[in-house]
Amino acid sequence: MLLPFFEWCETLWLGQFVVGSLWLFPVIESVHLLALAMLGGSILLVDFRLLGLGLKDRAVAELAREARPWMIAGLVAMVLTGIPLFLSEPIKCYYSTAFWIKMTTLPVALAFAFTVRTRVTRAEPVRNTARRQKLVGALSIALWFTVAAAGRWIGFS
Amino acid sequence: MSLLAFCEWLAATEGSIALHESMYMYPIVESSHVLALTLFVGFAVILDLRLLGLILKQVPVSQVAERLLPWTIGGFVVMNVTGLLLFYAIPIRTYQSIFFRAKVIFLILAGINVWLFHTRIYQRIAEWDHAHITPKAARRAGLASLILWGAIIVAGRMIAYNWFDCDIQPQPAFVNWAAGCVVPPPAP
Repeated sequence: MLLPFFEWCETLWLGQFVVGSLWLFPVIESVHLLALAMLGGSILLVDFRLLGLGLKDRAVAELAREARPWMIAGLVAMVLTGIPLFLSEPIKCYYSTAFWIKMTTLPVALAFAFTVRTRVTRAEPVRNTARRQKLVGALSIALWFTVAAAGRWIGFS
Repeated sequence: MSLLAFCEWLAATEGSIALHESMYMYPIVESSHVLALTLFVGFAVILDLRLLGLILKQVPVSQVAERLLPWTIGGFVVMNVTGLLLFYAIPIRTYQSIFFRAKVIFLILAGINVWLFHTRIYQRIAEWDHAHITPKAARRAGLASLILWGAIIVAGRMIAYNWFDCDIQPQPAFVNWAAGCVVPPPAP
């Protein structure tokens, strides 16, 4: 059902431009990786804190506030580089299980990051906060790990 | 034994061949190498940004450094173990890759940068621990670290591409020299 959409994607100028160049795909891929490192750092900083690790003498809300602009910048860079990477090989992606795992986990991870996780990192500490924080931190790491691992696996298929 | 001869010997070992030809082990090692980036470089970036006064300005530099250090070291260990395994799987081609060689040089420079930072400006951390704007030497170390780790990531990613491989000739003389390619002289 979605195949016509992917076939249409393949006809787009941007993807063809990437395919036509020897260097463009690797360069965009590199930026995607650089953004991964930054995104990973800004997410793990807060998730580790939620788990009671890392910068544990600081307030969760403080770390979340400080990490947020870097997380958003990392996400924007990931999406901006991810789109041309996808458009350069949409049919391969269509037949890649890893791609579909990534694309189903990604919206869940994003929704989780900007709803539950944001709310929990901003909440005033009350009874049972620690347990909820740990759960949210662990879930966030699990979700983003799946997105990243599946993303890497697209290249192996 | 030359390094090339060592790599040739390594490539003929059973383990190297098994890892190279494995269906899942190689991709798993490769994925671990990439994912560990988020921990290792990710946290190094956080410290670098603190040194540059761009994040966590209210947090003492020593607190950022010391709380994240065990995790950075853990990430570094994973990077090294998986990185060595990746080399072990494909020794000759990797040894003769200009991107791999560039990566090793950048890694050495990054190591020197860390060493200089810890033996010099960080020794006087008590004087500037709370500074929003850190001393010039600390900012320089942070910026150098960001650039070097970035270069290491890019060079590492490029190892996968074969544009400058020794078995793809002709190459510019500089490439063959830098990659250590053994090229037979052109027929007269």
